[in-house]
Amino acid sequence: MKIEDVPQDESALKDFTNELCYAKDENGRYTTTKSKGWNVKKTALDETWNDIEKQKQIALEEVKTGISSPIKYYMIKSLMDLQILSAYTGFWKITIKRHFKPSVFSKLNEARLKKYASVFNVSVAELKNPK
Amino acid sequence: MKEFKHIQSAHCENGVTSNLMNFYGVKGITEPLAFGIGSGLFYIHIPFLKINGGPAISYRSFPGVIFKRTSKLLNVPIVSKKFNSEEKAMDYLDELLEEGRATGCQVGVYNLPYFAPEYRFHFNAHNIIVYGKKGDDYLISDPTMEVKTVLTRAELQLVRFAKGPLAPKGHLYLPQKKVIAQVDISQAIKKGIKKNYKFMYKSPVAFVGLSGIGYTAKQITKWRAKLGVRKAGLYLGQIIRMQEEIGTGGGGFRYIYAAFLEEAHAYIPDDALLDLSNDFTKSGDLWRNTAVAMAQVLKGRKTEQSDFLEISERLKEIEALERATFKKIGNLSFV
Repeated sequence: MKIEDVPQDESALKDFTNELCYAKDENGRYTTTKSKGWNVKKTALDETWNDIEKQKQIALEEVKTGISSPIKYYMIKSLMDLQILSAYTGFWKITIKRHFKPSVFSKLNEARLKKYASVFNVSVAELKNPK
Repeated sequence: MKEFKHIQSAHCENGVTSNLMNFYGVKGITEPLAFGIGSGLFYIHIPFLKINGGPAISYRSFPGVIFKRTSKLLNVPIVSKKFNSEEKAMDYLDELLEEGRATGCQVGVYNLPYFAPEYRFHFNAHNIIVYGKKGDDYLISDPTMEVKTVLTRAELQLVRFAKGPLAPKGHLYLPQKKVIAQVDISQAIKKGIKKNYKFMYKSPVAFVGLSGIGYTAKQITKWRAKLGVRKAGLYLGQIIRMQEEIGTGGGGFRYIYAAFLEEAHAYIPDDALLDLSNDFTKSGDLWRNTAVAMAQVLKGRKTEQSDFLEISERLKEIEALERATFKKIGNLSFV
């Protein structure tokens, strides 16, 4: 890639930083240059976030209709999966899956609720009633 | 305090390695040299494993490996530690900083406040240097950023003990106090190239190294029927992010390796190195073109099975080109 071909597309990096890239100068030698971003990467990142947003909406709907507990919603909102949530809470994956059930969630003791709330960075009240 | 020089890099661990070497008196280890000596080119597609609900593909080896290999080949003795206790991990770092010793740390990016929010996923293989303390603030050199920054003790502790896959567990690393003044860079380059040749070209495992690229090419042809267009597109999106974003692993890494071979030529006057450098530049261009094609599917502009087959063919083309390139590397006098 030549320096003049290094993409300079506006991206989420704006106001944070520029990326460093390796490209060839006019003499065909490698040098470094800055890039503001690349539309291809922006697409991949944007679509990932769109997908997360969609999953979040579905999970919230499931809380409202009593299909699943808020734990699943907050897990998605925090960009986690069962493995990561298990690592942060110290609960087994299978235990967390049980907590996805509203009937099990409603009987959770205060200590477990607090644990979840602290991992998700919300209060216990917010944990119980996501908006 | 000895002044710490922050030089931005394309890839975090290269930058940490290069800047630490420079700080400890091993001069001339640029980012491309750190990457090449540390045998940074890698590929793995782990079958049946999912990451974030998508394919488990990595273009980079385990965090800390580039630093470890580069140090070893340059005969620089190192300290590398992980911790069970968060307090002990912070106290140990404080002791090092007290002695004026800049230290490499593995961190998670989810809670990294100076990162753009859109980039904060649970990705735990990021590397930064902590080079000092000012009051309660830790002085940070993150080589992927243009300028130095700071983190509070609580912030630094949180990212050093991020949880999940590749959890850093407070992992820190740095050269030992006494750095050996005599380093043989050309010898290190030769060994680094040889090692990278081994695990890209000679890997006996079907989903590691060049064969791994072919494995991914084959998988992609099945995704549309198995997952539907949208999900299959998101899988491609995950490849783009692994390839060009998180570790600058596809095109980005090829250009760094091409730059490395060009620099290597100054130490080892074999013109074959320049020829190989051109091959990796071509390969980098192909990786980037493939990412462009994958983005078209992800956006929903291309949705046919033939589009997936085309992407698969592009990956096979890359595999073939890199196979030919590595074969030439195998013919170098020192490999």
